[in-house]
This record gives sequence, structure tokens and C-alpha cells, in this order.
Amino acid sequence: MLDVKAGDELSFELLLRKYRTPLVNFLYRMVRDTAAAEDLAQEVFLRVYRARKDYAPTAKFTTWMFRIATNLALNSVRDNRYRQMEISVDQPSETAEGEQPALEVPDRKPGVEQQLIARDRAALIRRAIHALPEKQRAAVLLHKYHGLDYDEIARILQCSESALKSLLFRAYETLRVALEPLLQSEKA
Amino acid sequence: MGCAKIENKLIAYLELRAAPADRRAVEQHLAECAACRARAAEFRALWGALDELPMISPSPSFDAAVRARIAAEPARRGLWAWMMPSPRLAFAVTLLVTLAVWVSSRPPVARPAAQPGSEAEFRMINDLPVLENYDVLASFEALSALPSKPGTAEAQPNM
Repeated sequence: MLDVKAGDELSFELLLRKYRTPLVNFLYRMVRDTAAAEDLAQEVFLRVYRARKDYAPTAKFTTWMFRIATNLALNSVRDNRYRQMEISVDQPSETAEGEQPALEVPDRKPGVEQQLIARDRAALIRRAIHALPEKQRAAVLLHKYHGLDYDEIARILQCSESALKSLLFRAYETLRVALEPLLQSEKA
Repeated sequence: MGCAKIENKLIAYLELRAAPADRRAVEQHLAECAACRARAAEFRALWGALDELPMISPSPSFDAAVRARIAAEPARRGLWAWMMPSPRLAFAVTLLVTLAVWVSSRPPVARPAAQPGSEAEFRMINDLPVLENYDVLASFEALSALPSKPGTAEAQPNM
């Protein structure tokens, strides 16, 4: 990033190549919309580029970048929630509120069926993560999928390390309960 | 240490990131508490399950879209650049100053003299409504103070 700050365009290209996939995945798991995730990831890179001259290496680059991404994602999720609330007032959904599809965990079989099972399991996991409150979701994604340290995540979410550990515990506890059938099937 | 106190340390313990004192406290608690032991085992299984989530790839046009958005950004100007006038503005100001100097340096153009009778005529036309108003003229004291013409009725001496 310091090379980018010095005006090295090639270094920015390297940053783009290195972080585009983790960023798009983080944002996709936050907003659950591929197009929106890509748009937000582009916005993150744009903001990084804009702020390159003022960049001060007080924290790791990933902390800074994920902080921008998290703020954008949280704003997007909140905006989208209000939009959906407006839609739901006009058009009530056909399914009852809170109704969840029956959880079916088929037996493991190789081949196409195995792929379908894997897809179902991934969908369940994705849904469970998405059901978490936004801040817990961001904490789990940064912790589990991006391997950030507690102090980095705490900086990104602007909370203390102790508060973060509590947040993570509650998030994993919620996921453990939500995905219990999946975990039970693994035991069997 | 109770279950509630162990909660915030459990994640770090399972990740092998706990401080030695915390690790010992958690190990001691897990040895005594079957519920927390089961929960710890389920957390491990949960993390294994969370790894099943596949990664997605950005679209092939992603990099180009980022570059396009960056190219569309207006160039950032420093303080010095801000203080320097832009070439267009400088050209316009120079042109204006030159024009002003040229105009002021020209000899004054002689204006045609006003026709003598035109101003008096204009005043008369302006006063016409007053002159046509008989009531105004009848009660106009200034007129009565004028010397009367010889030969008029008012001017004849009383017999």
C-alpha cells in the first residue's frame, strides 16, 4: 500500500488481484447478492485508491480495507432492510413470517447426489449466517473466513476485544443451534 | 470458574490462541462440566461445517469495472494547483483586461449636439394635461398675480 501511496499504479493492480476474491466473498456473505457484492467491492477499491495519499500505516492494510468494506456492507444491509420493509407492507409475502423450510439432510451418496447434498448444506450454512445480526455476521466472517486476529476485528467493528469475544461466542452459539441437524448428521 | 465466565474464553481456547492462564482455567472447567465439554465438541464440528461454504469468484469484468471507476474519478488537485488559475480563466481575464485598456485609450467620440427646440417641446408636451385642465388653471394663484393685458375687462378702470 505504501507503494500505491507513492504513486505506483502497478502496486494498486497487485492489491486488486490479491484482495478482490476475499473482498467479494466477504461482501457476498454479508449482503447475499452477487451484483451488490461486486458493486460494493468496487467501491472499496475506489475508496482505497482515493485515500491512498492520506494512508498512514498505523494498522494493517487488511484491517483498514475490511473496515471500509464492513461499513459499506452494514450500510447496504440496513438500506436494503428498509427497502424490503417498504415492499413487505405493500406486498405481503405468501409464506408466514418466520416460517422456515423443513430441514432435510439426505444420506451421503457419491456423484451428482453428493453435489446436491453439498449444495443444500452450503445453502443452509449461508442462510444461518445471514440470519445472524449484522455485527455478529461480520465478526464471524472476518474471524472464520478471513482469519483476522481479535484485535483487528475489534478495530474494524469498533469494539473492545472483550466485547468481540462475547459477540463471537453468541454468534457461534446461534449458529450451533441453527445448524444442529447438520452437525448431528455428521455424527451419525 | 463457572460456565458463563468460560464462554468468552472458549473460542480462543479452541483456536489455541488462549493465554496460558485462560487455557488452564478452561481445561479445568471442561474436565468438570459435561455440558461445556459437549458444547466445545459441537463448536469444533460447527467450524468444520462452516468450511463447506464455497467461495465465489468475481466476474471477469470486475477488474475492468474498478479501473473504469477509477478513470472516471476527477483528478485530485493540490493546494498549489488550486491557487494557480486555470488556463481558460487566465485567457479570459487577459482578454478582458486588454479590451478594457484598448477601450479606455481610444479618443472620445464627439456626440452630436442636442437640437435647441427639442427639450422645450418635450416639456410642453409633458405639461399638456395640466394646461388642458381648466379647474387647475382657474384656481392657480400664480396666474392671478400676473399683470393683466390692456383692453381686457378686468384691466378697465372703474368708472
